[in-house]
Amino acid sequence: MSASKTGRLEARDASVVFRSGFGGRIAKTALRDATLGIGGEKPSIVAVVGESGSGKTTLTHLLLGFRSPTSGTVTYRGVDIAKMTGGERRVFRREVQAVFQDPFEVFNPFYRVDHALFTPLSVFGIARDRNDARAKIETALETVGLRPGETLGKYPHQLSGGQRQRIMIARALLLDPHIILADEPVSMVDASLRSTILQTLLRLKEEAGISLVYVTHDLTTAYQVADTIVVLFAGVIVESGGAEEVINAPRHPYTRALIDAIPSPDPDVPWNLDAIEPGEGGNGIPGTGCPFAPRCPFATMDCARAEPALAEIAPGRHVRCIRPLGGA
Amino acid sequence: MSGPVLEVADLSVRYRTPVGPAYAVDGIGFNLMPRERMGLVGESGSGKSTTVLALMRMIRPPGEISAGHVRLEGRDVLALSEEDLRRTRFARMSLVPQGAMSSLNPVLPIGAQFADLFAAHDIDPDDGHVAGLLSRVGLPPAVAARFPHELSGGMKQRVCIALAIALTPAVILADEPTSALDVVVQKQVLATLGRVQQDIGAAIILIGHDMALMAHFVDRIGVMYAGRLVETGPVKTVFRSPTHPYTKLLIGALPSLTARRAFQGIPGVPPSLTERPPGCPFQTRCPIAEARCRIEAPAPRPVGSDHLVACHLVGPA
Ligand SMILES: Nc1ncnc2c1ncn2[C@@H]1O[C@H](COP(=O)(O)OP(=O)(O)OP(=O)(O)O)[C@@H](O)[C@H]1O
Ligand SMILES: Nc1ncnc2c1ncn2[C@@H]1O[C@H](COP(=O)(O)OP(=O)(O)OP(=O)(O)O)[C@@H](O)[C@H]1O
Ligand SMILES: [Mg+2]
Ligand SMILES: [Mg+2]
Repeated sequence: MSASKTGRLEARDASVVFRSGFGGRIAKTALRDATLGIGGEKPSIVAVVGESGSGKTTLTHLLLGFRSPTSGTVTYRGVDIAKMTGGERRVFRREVQAVFQDPFEVFNPFYRVDHALFTPLSVFGIARDRNDARAKIETALETVGLRPGETLGKYPHQLSGGQRQRIMIARALLLDPHIILADEPVSMVDASLRSTILQTLLRLKEEAGISLVYVTHDLTTAYQVADTIVVLFAGVIVESGGAEEVINAPRHPYTRALIDAIPSPDPDVPWNLDAIEPGEGGNGIPGTGCPFAPRCPFATMDCARAEPALAEIAPGRHVRCIRPLGGA
Repeated sequence: MSGPVLEVADLSVRYRTPVGPAYAVDGIGFNLMPRERMGLVGESGSGKSTTVLALMRMIRPPGEISAGHVRLEGRDVLALSEEDLRRTRFARMSLVPQGAMSSLNPVLPIGAQFADLFAAHDIDPDDGHVAGLLSRVGLPPAVAARFPHELSGGMKQRVCIALAIALTPAVILADEPTSALDVVVQKQVLATLGRVQQDIGAAIILIGHDMALMAHFVDRIGVMYAGRLVETGPVKTVFRSPTHPYTKLLIGALPSLTARRAFQGIPGVPPSLTERPPGCPFQTRCPIAEARCRIEAPAPRPVGSDHLVACHLVGPA
């Protein structure tokens, strides 16, 4: 069955620059030279992690075609998504689904949640009739642990934060997509549901061939579910590779710092954030080359010279650092 | 004052729905001491947000507080007149609502949102006041001139905290103030909240799903399931020796970096809030449930020092 889901989405050297201020004189590069592929012959789960403002949402907006790249390209099934014909765009819209970051913003408060679920089915003519649509919706809701009878008919404000978030996931699943781009999809649900939902997404990858881009600030769940982890810092990919390797043998000091900063659920283990948040003044190394240098415990003046390139240090393993950590 | 700053007894909230009333909060009680930090965790949809909305008397029809008592600094909150209630909110008890970032008025600059709050409480702040509040939460004064969409998620979250502390309340209710923020910003926001809370001597109720964060921030924790408080106790006790079967499974579901793909979700779904089957609300998913659990609902009982558990099958330590 998985062989049938072959849509592949690719960003190649894509950058996004936001312009603001008078005449757009202030430029902010939210994402630079991002190369990332998902889907195709071999379905996979790619986790994108990084701190607030590192460009994670910008990357998903780029892949969804909400933002066009300032330079570089984004293609789906080999076609530049900015240049698609109406028919190609329709296929793209159906096969690539999104789960947005803020479940408090996406719903139209004047419609019952049913609207958000029935509309995509009717737009794409997927259900045979209303009963079939209803059956599909009920299945999708049950998949994310919601009782259809107590969910349908409600307005968004009548649902808890985690319930809204799960409806977003159900909606993405409804169209039987090839690829789901999910931006912090489980940030508002409890640990047990988080585990259940991620397990479901993993099962959908394995059984139905649905690929997933899982954007999160939570490295632990990224490690649990992803095949590949991509680490973003200040708009650039600083490290990527297999989940096991990135977590157990991080090569970029930022990845290492992120892992060290995860608080332990044991109240007696102190929460150590020093690695990520250097004291006043930092280490004195300017960020003129590597942007992480001012916060990096291993930085030297060499790091301030030029920004390192993203180097492939092993097959499928990339790092952007002039002196990558030792591995193992 | 040596007694609790907030006393909650037998609080129940129900929403009227086409299939009958939904008991979103079902008879919960706890005390909050001055300056205490209490955490509220539990299943999605278990009534955490509804609880804090009820404490603020912000439940709107078709919802209603159907039973219970809420005393804030000795005053009966549920009996306050609309006018007294208006004066109490923000001034004595304030709320950082869930999804607070999107609750900021999108068309007003941040400074104007503070001005509205002060005007509503007949306060005429001096010039540097807003800047002072912003700096307390680690934001530069220039933020006052910005619109919400020009701020990052973490910055908006801090603005909401600044609004909540602006009138130095005795109790701050913070509903998931750090969900979806990265660990650094989370720690900054919590450090801010903690520092300000100490400065103004407020007590705090923090709702969240990040158990590790809770473990490091609160003194005491309450665990909710299907509208009930199933376990409360000192945070270290509850993490070290979780006692209610739900708490055990919830803590067991925490992912770790040691075993990959070790998903430990609790099978099944929570009970219907409208059907309310008799007995313990957790019985359908509980690994140790017995016949009695299907008949009789357990009341919270002490199992250790300041440690209450609502389960028939666990006894005092
Ligand atoms: N419309 C915009 N105009 C100007 N700058 C923007 C705009 N949208 C995003 N940015 C900036 O681009 C950078 C990346 O933002 P993005 O939303 O992609 O971050 P993120 O990694 O998703 O963060 P978070 O974890 O907080 O959601 C940030 O510095 C942000 O301030
Ligand atoms: N206006 C309403 N009408 C009917 N039911 C409602 C209404 N508002 C909330 N509910 C229901 O009450 C229950 C409790 O919701 P609440 O928002 O308190 O949960 P929560 O514990 O905060 O969950 P989360 O962690 O997902 O935010 C949910 O099942 C929700 O669907
Ligand atoms: Mg984002
Ligand atoms: Mg809530």
